[in-house]
Amino acid sequence: MVEIEIDGKTLQVAEGSTIIEAAHQLGTYIPHFCYHKKLSIAANCRMCLVQVEKAPKPMPACATPVTNGMKVFTHSELAVKAQKAVMEFLLINHPLDCPICDQGGECQLQDLAVGYGESASKYEEEKRVVPDKDLGPLVSTDMTRCINCTRCIRFTAEIAGFMELGQSYRGERAEVMPFIGKTVDTELSGNIIDLCPVGALTSKPFRFSARTWELSRRKSVSPHDGLGSNLIVQTKHDKVMRVLPLENEDINECWLTDKERFSYQGLNSPERLTKPMVKQGGEWKEVDWSVALDYAAHALRDVAKTHGGGAIGGLLSPHATLEEMYLAQKLLRGLGSENIDFRLRQSDFSADGKRKGAPWLGMKIADIGRLDRVLVVGSFLRKDHPLIAQRLRQSAKRGAQVSILHSADDDLLIKLAARAIAAPSQLPAILAQVVKAVCAIKGVAADTAVAGVTVSADAQAIAQSLASGSRAAVLLGNFAQQHPQATTLHALGRQLASALGGSFGFLGEAANSVGGYVAKAVSGAAGLNAAAMLKDPRQAYVVVGAEPELDCADGAQALAALAKAAAVVVLSPFRSQAMLDYAAVLLPVSPFSETSGTFVNTEGRVQSFFAATKPLGEARPAWKVLRVLGNLLEQAGFNYNSSEDVRAEALGGQPEFASGLDNGIDGVALNLASTVGGLERLADVPIHFADSLSRRAPALQLAADSVAPSARMSAALLAKLGVAAGDKVKVGAGATVTVTLAARLDAGLPDGVVRIAAAHADTAALGAMSSVLSVEKA
Amino acid sequence: MGGEAYLNLGKPNNGGTKLFSVSGHVNRPGNYEVPMGTPFAKLLEMAGGMRGGRKLKAVIPGGSSAPVLPADVMMDCTMDYDSIAKAGSMLGSGAVIVMDETVCMVKALERLSYFYFEESCGQCTPCREGSGWLYRVVHRIEHGQGRPEDLDLLNRVTDNMMGKTICALADAAAFPVRSFIKHFKSEFEYHIENKKCLVDPEVQRMGSGFFKAGAA
Repeated sequence: MVEIEIDGKTLQVAEGSTIIEAAHQLGTYIPHFCYHKKLSIAANCRMCLVQVEKAPKPMPACATPVTNGMKVFTHSELAVKAQKAVMEFLLINHPLDCPICDQGGECQLQDLAVGYGESASKYEEEKRVVPDKDLGPLVSTDMTRCINCTRCIRFTAEIAGFMELGQSYRGERAEVMPFIGKTVDTELSGNIIDLCPVGALTSKPFRFSARTWELSRRKSVSPHDGLGSNLIVQTKHDKVMRVLPLENEDINECWLTDKERFSYQGLNSPERLTKPMVKQGGEWKEVDWSVALDYAAHALRDVAKTHGGGAIGGLLSPHATLEEMYLAQKLLRGLGSENIDFRLRQSDFSADGKRKGAPWLGMKIADIGRLDRVLVVGSFLRKDHPLIAQRLRQSAKRGAQVSILHSADDDLLIKLAARAIAAPSQLPAILAQVVKAVCAIKGVAADTAVAGVTVSADAQAIAQSLASGSRAAVLLGNFAQQHPQATTLHALGRQLASALGGSFGFLGEAANSVGGYVAKAVSGAAGLNAAAMLKDPRQAYVVVGAEPELDCADGAQALAALAKAAAVVVLSPFRSQAMLDYAAVLLPVSPFSETSGTFVNTEGRVQSFFAATKPLGEARPAWKVLRVLGNLLEQAGFNYNSSEDVRAEALGGQPEFASGLDNGIDGVALNLASTVGGLERLADVPIHFADSLSRRAPALQLAADSVAPSARMSAALLAKLGVAAGDKVKVGAGATVTVTLAARLDAGLPDGVVRIAAAHADTAALGAMSSVLSVEKA
Repeated sequence: MGGEAYLNLGKPNNGGTKLFSVSGHVNRPGNYEVPMGTPFAKLLEMAGGMRGGRKLKAVIPGGSSAPVLPADVMMDCTMDYDSIAKAGSMLGSGAVIVMDETVCMVKALERLSYFYFEESCGQCTPCREGSGWLYRVVHRIEHGQGRPEDLDLLNRVTDNMMGKTICALADAAAFPVRSFIKHFKSEFEYHIENKKCLVDPEVQRMGSGFFKAGAA
């Protein structure tokens, strides 16, 4: 610690910190543009010049390290004169078009110009004009406004991991631009909008639609991946106009993924269901809520009466709130059904009944940054968990060794220590090899099932990296959790972590992947899980928030089961043609922005939120709809007055973290078998297709990550099939189904693997995410 | 010769020798190594004296970023750090730019300012924005569009640029502007008022004709 004095106030600060950090510690604001606490120091805007005793010139507060006894004056004549000088320079070539600029009202340059600028410019020469750039569907540019702070450049290079923006030309002609003909395609691109201190980079979807001072701000929680990013939902006239990050260092820091930032567009989608609807004689009729609820209650009661409660299945979206899940399972159990599940894309349920608790991250999200060895198993990490990938990227830069075991070698923009890329069916065997190798290095006895495997060079490299550290973690991604041998991967992952003395966890797929377990929205011992209740069709289904044809492990099977059912009660914010085909009653419910609720994120943190707007049309919060259904079905204990009542019952209080989280698993037999006859399907869930909300956000659907699915194969496989990249291929699953897709080269795929995205209408007919396919030239 | 002997070639606090690269309106432009403290008049003589026997007008003693000094000041200087600093400039790189009476100081400054405008990398705000501002104002004055308040403006802009950037290019762009105005203010004022050079363009053309030895 060193002692310094800022504006006459003394304070102790850590050695190596800068003046601006010290000043912030004191609550003293130093004007700045290029400085950002999460980015490297550029010191190029020069706005933060301050006076330092004994220094002949003003010093940049962002780049000047503190020294013992240093005296800093942030508001002295010298400092203010320097700051005002810089402000004048910043403004001479700035358009001063605030009245038509989207940043107006929330512009750092505008704000600071009030304090440091003159009322009139002395610059009477010709102003600079900079051509605008095309950065893609999400970020709009007005490059003439750019003050060359380079925050956006540093963000893409340092946080997003790939320098998609740079500065060309020099001096006054310097311009920030992407590579020629390229756009900014990172899944974190929207953050450059927040980082831009002026109106050079603004949100394309939000552009010109509202002024910042017209917007109401509501705190909320992201309904997408398992991270549970904190949001500020901004509304005008009860419409969500945009979403910004709410800073939470423990979760999303100050970032948001593009999905979280722009999915709000889907909230106002024309596909929103705004009136209760009932199918009568094959015709859909808009009806009153009472009619629709009566209809739904009758339908469920009839099926339960005639066929028993077990004839009803409940499919809940993992993006549903804790309250919705809790009430849905309570309702179904009240009807005598144990067939409840939210794990729609899971295919191996053999761990059910053997788990010690709800599977979770196994550590705090913030602790990810403290790991020094990490193995990620089965994860499209960058797209499935962009902000966890970001944390690992920073760790890797600090020296942590990150390795991956997966079936695709997508560029994670993380420096990997080791990697093993193999067909999906090989993953358990390779993980077993890693376990064996680590046990050998650590001198720990390995499981007998593992002892027999032969350790490959890749597995050995991963093991050596893992064993060389002191704080290791094994993390199972979405793909590992959806894997047909997920339980084996789970057990092996635990063995590996325990041999390493490290932690083991799951990267939660969805906003409530932990919350679903906490809410007991999983099948009981006597019940059928998500896959089983679709394989063995039920008479009736209750679907909450999900689109089973896209959200389930086998969409085609789900669709068939729903179509066959006598009654499908759907609670959904959206409607789709498929829904109109299979449902008997459609109950319009609120998406996250229109209801109060709770998500339990992947680290078990309980995060509740209120509605940001009134429900659209006649939509109502799903917890209220389920509560009334409970009343209509005359079930006991459905007299909740608020979602908080439901939460209190579900959680037994109001804890900060959910209890009962445990990745322990008992008595599972490892299944290392890897015999697959034919081409294996590798199904990723594209980032902007993962849930019903982002699927309906037009701007996200234009993003580079939303390209139409193709059949991606290695060069060797393409050659073997006699297909060139770009050719159409017929992909067959089973005897009858074929889908025609374009073949693409994916050099990161193992041979014998065809990568075809799931969760997309174009590929839904192919059925199971994990399957054997035939591919031939079309 | 040994360190001590080398040191003693110069004068106290300015030991040894220095290489000067003399350019401009001299008969023998070139590199000259002279002991520190050598009178400027001697260096000028070594460089063959003024071209065409014209009158010395100004000298930039330490490269284009060093403040310009008028002839009378320069002729009293010795070529060492202390003497030049005392006169209000710096020895800098040792690139001595000699200008004779055919030079229009506004035009000379315009050329220098254009150089710094073009050379700014654009990293720091004061230099990126300021170097262009300086050039444009000087360019205006040179082209008959100067305004009386321009000289104060230039002084203010240079003051705002100096000492506020990562590297010294902003200072380098500012020094010539400040010194040209300081020492040759009347020439700038004449330019603004009369919208033309004080030095007749014909004379300027003569002076800037390509030098041929003995042709002057």
